[in-house]
Amino acid sequence: MSTSPAASQNSTANAAWLLIFAAWLVATASMLGALFFGEIMDLSPCVLCWWQRICMFPLVVILPAGLFPLDLRVVRYALPLAAGGWLFALFHMLLMAGVIPEDLKPCTRGIPCSEKGIEWFGFVTIPLLSLLAFSAVIAFLFMAHSRSKQ
Amino acid sequence: MKQKTLFIAAAAVLALAFLGATLLYKNDKAAPMAQPAAAPAVNLVRMHSPAIGRADAPVVIVEFFDPACETCSAFYPKVKQILAANPDRIRLVLRYAPFHNGSDKVVAILEAARKQDRFWQALEALLASQAQWSPNHTPQVDLVWKQLQGLGLNFEQLQFDLTAPEIASVIAQDLEDARTLNVTKTPEYFVNGRPLPSFGFAQLKKLVDDALATSAR
Repeated sequence: MSTSPAASQNSTANAAWLLIFAAWLVATASMLGALFFGEIMDLSPCVLCWWQRICMFPLVVILPAGLFPLDLRVVRYALPLAAGGWLFALFHMLLMAGVIPEDLKPCTRGIPCSEKGIEWFGFVTIPLLSLLAFSAVIAFLFMAHSRSKQ
Repeated sequence: MKQKTLFIAAAAVLALAFLGATLLYKNDKAAPMAQPAAAPAVNLVRMHSPAIGRADAPVVIVEFFDPACETCSAFYPKVKQILAANPDRIRLVLRYAPFHNGSDKVVAILEAARKQDRFWQALEALLASQAQWSPNHTPQVDLVWKQLQGLGLNFEQLQFDLTAPEIASVIAQDLEDARTLNVTKTPEYFVNGRPLPSFGFAQLKKLVDDALATSAR
């Protein structure tokens, strides 16, 4: 293959763009999902859910800022949020699974974080969805970052 | 250019999916909610529950409320109007659902006032002055006392009664019943055992009117 340096740079940028775009898709779908659970289904978010929202919602706005025009530094700005959200989601999942004992619950009596708002197929809970979404965002951002380094 | 089109198309698809899911969910929800099942009577009214209106009134409104809840205080005069418009035909039973942190202490004050036959006066005084004693939705017992001046309450006795075990058990029972009846927000109304199809004063009014019409037949 005789691709010119400019063309290969172009395709790298294209791949990085698509990866960040994919991260944005996941973040936006997650935000809409969270809003659907909270506002439409009236499942009040518990404190831990709020922390995860705080990490997820800004991604919906920050990532497009790095897409138009493509600016790979957006990965550096978005990753700390995604990483923080991932940790909150993990903590939330462990709490719900009972791995972390009851008395660590940082939530009010009104909406205990260990309460399962939904449970699909017996194991899909909201924190699991959140953890998967944050994992996907982190993976996409990392891939975009490493692509750009090549 | 292509990237922008892709981005805008994706945003539109996501927004539409959200709207579609919302409409589907609302439609789905509306069908069974149209005629909610009556709640079990035993959990609705307890012997200890404060009530006004004739004991044999054909229509019974059970209200779960929190003295620190803004919507409860906004609804209270309207509910009183419904009662006044239908004398002897409606009974109002109050149940406590102190969901705000610290509200249970205010409920205890109401119950202590009740021992001195000043329950309704104290309730109305507290609902009317809610913003004064519950700044930023945080009930503060220290601020409550001032609002109860002039009701002829014996405050020494009131302080003593606050810690009465029967008052604690009334609150515990009401919270337990709220759980059983799936009351998670206040105010929540049951008219002859039927919950509101959706929240709103118009819905409450209609439920009461329907119950009145049924009982008149």
